[in-house]
Amino acid sequence: MLKIWSMKQKQQQAENAAAGGSKKKKITAAQLRVQKDLSELALGSTMRTDFPDPDDILNFILTIDPDEGMYVGGRFSFSFAINQNFPHDPPKVKCREKIYHPNIDLEGNVCLNILREDWKPVLNLNAVIVGLQFLFLEPNAADPLNKDAAEDLKTNRESFKRNVRASMAGGQVRKERFDKVTK
Amino acid sequence: MGTRPIHNDGKEHLKRIVTRPGPFTSSAAALGLETLETLERLKVLVIGAGGLGCELLKNLALSGFKDIHVIDMDIIDVSNLNRQFLFRHADVGKPKCDVAAKFVERRVPGVKITPYYGKIQDKDENYYMQFNVIICGLDSIEARRWINATVVGMVDENNPDSYKPLIDGGTEGFKGQAKVVLPTMTSCLECQLDMHAPRVQVPLCTLATVPRQPEHCIEWAHIIAWEEERKGDMLDTDDPDHISWLYRRALNRAQEFNISGVTYSLTQGVVKNIIPAIASTNAIVAASCCNEALKIATACNPCLGNLEDEEANTYMMYTGDDGIYTFTFRHEKKDDCPVCGTLAKELNVNETNTLAEFLEDLAARPETQIKKPTIRTNDKSLYYPSPPSLEEQTRPNLLKRLTDLVEDGEEMAVTDSDGSITFKFKLVFSSK
Ligand SMILES: [Zn+2]
Repeated sequence: MLKIWSMKQKQQQAENAAAGGSKKKKITAAQLRVQKDLSELALGSTMRTDFPDPDDILNFILTIDPDEGMYVGGRFSFSFAINQNFPHDPPKVKCREKIYHPNIDLEGNVCLNILREDWKPVLNLNAVIVGLQFLFLEPNAADPLNKDAAEDLKTNRESFKRNVRASMAGGQVRKERFDKVTK
Repeated sequence: MGTRPIHNDGKEHLKRIVTRPGPFTSSAAALGLETLETLERLKVLVIGAGGLGCELLKNLALSGFKDIHVIDMDIIDVSNLNRQFLFRHADVGKPKCDVAAKFVERRVPGVKITPYYGKIQDKDENYYMQFNVIICGLDSIEARRWINATVVGMVDENNPDSYKPLIDGGTEGFKGQAKVVLPTMTSCLECQLDMHAPRVQVPLCTLATVPRQPEHCIEWAHIIAWEEERKGDMLDTDDPDHISWLYRRALNRAQEFNISGVTYSLTQGVVKNIIPAIASTNAIVAASCCNEALKIATACNPCLGNLEDEEANTYMMYTGDDGIYTFTFRHEKKDDCPVCGTLAKELNVNETNTLAEFLEDLAARPETQIKKPTIRTNDKSLYYPSPPSLEEQTRPNLLKRLTDLVEDGEEMAVTDSDGSITFKFKLVFSSK
């Protein structure tokens, strides 16, 4: 047997069992990583987080109040669900309101590269929230998830802007009614 | 393969290996016939009785190990029979570990294999403490991370037997790896997390707007259509009705975009992320793992992660899809690894202390000196100075007594304000 594992194991094993191998729950690697990520989070004045259960840091809500761009005046919230495979798996992020946005579909799915194809374990939660914030500054017609909105943005920026205002106020765009997100 | 028992117990061949030093054998290794007895006395745990597990059990039994335990939570499916060679058609529906254990015991007289049908998480440290070597043949990263954290967490610096060598085998199609973890001394599975390439993902907008491949249509049905049309229904990838539904939706979409190739079995493969298992990859990786176990058990040759050599390799990878190639290298331990970077240290605290007093104490102690720490246990967020909402929610804990928040001996993690250092502690309460 390898040197450090002496042959005296039997006695010591007994001692060790007596000393109490604990069944107490250990902090998981995912929890540790999220804890680290949360302490590095730079929310600024336009974002806040809410934890429905403060003991569960793997599930929370991020609220963004854009202060520039076409979505100014709105308040948008995203649910973050992080599993025990984090950071191997990216967080699952969904928009909680039904909004008119080229990169967010009517179900709240978000097309953001680092949430799927470009996710890497070295990325952190801050990178994700910066990416989400950017979606409101620069909606991107090249990666459409809501095809109609992307088409509008591409063909007529002014009418797209009007649609954004109307949808944010809880109005209809192309016969689809959106959630009121103005403050 | 028949079921004729093996009469030659293999000892003659084994004796040649474990009684005669090779050119690289450590001078500290005392090889002799006692080595063989040690080998027979050691307790080995195999985790997983699937493709790798079948190979491992057979190899270990034929290599002279006599006390083998195996854990697996699966039952035998007809699709396993092509490579999981310890199972027969009549075994379909039975627990893998039970059938595998009986088969190997029957073929290799004198070997005792103890199966446990269930999850690794069912067992605690007392169970894992009884083994001398633990070998994983798992297909899930989550399970690997769990056993890795458990084995590393068991390390008690005052008890040499609490260091359990962990051998991890993994295969993905034609690729495979075998690694040895000597807890806290060589890189652990958590340190190696970035070695597992995340599954290749197609951008969501491609799925939604410009699918090009049958897989795109299936992923669309899986991620988008299911949620739109069956809101509230939990998708069960083992439910044939659910897979059929996805298959039909994917097929419609494929026709819409003139894409061919969507089939039921492809749907199942994409949704369950099935990577075809290759019998020869399993055999190669399991052979390497078993070799490592034999070297660790007998010291007849240096194992991966050999402690006498600071530069020793720890990680063997095999690439069979581009010729036949193995590459072995040293994966360096990460100082900031959340699992093996810091071990939970015992910390004596007065049982009358509040959390606030404890935090002041942490800032003052020379070995910690953490100001504004973030602190939690598995169940509870004790105090988070940021983000603001969490600070507000955890602030009331500051005035509570530690004994009301944390159990004696429970693990807690303390992170400093910029997230750069994390300590783990186990609190020991005292009355003064
Ligand atoms: Zn590690």
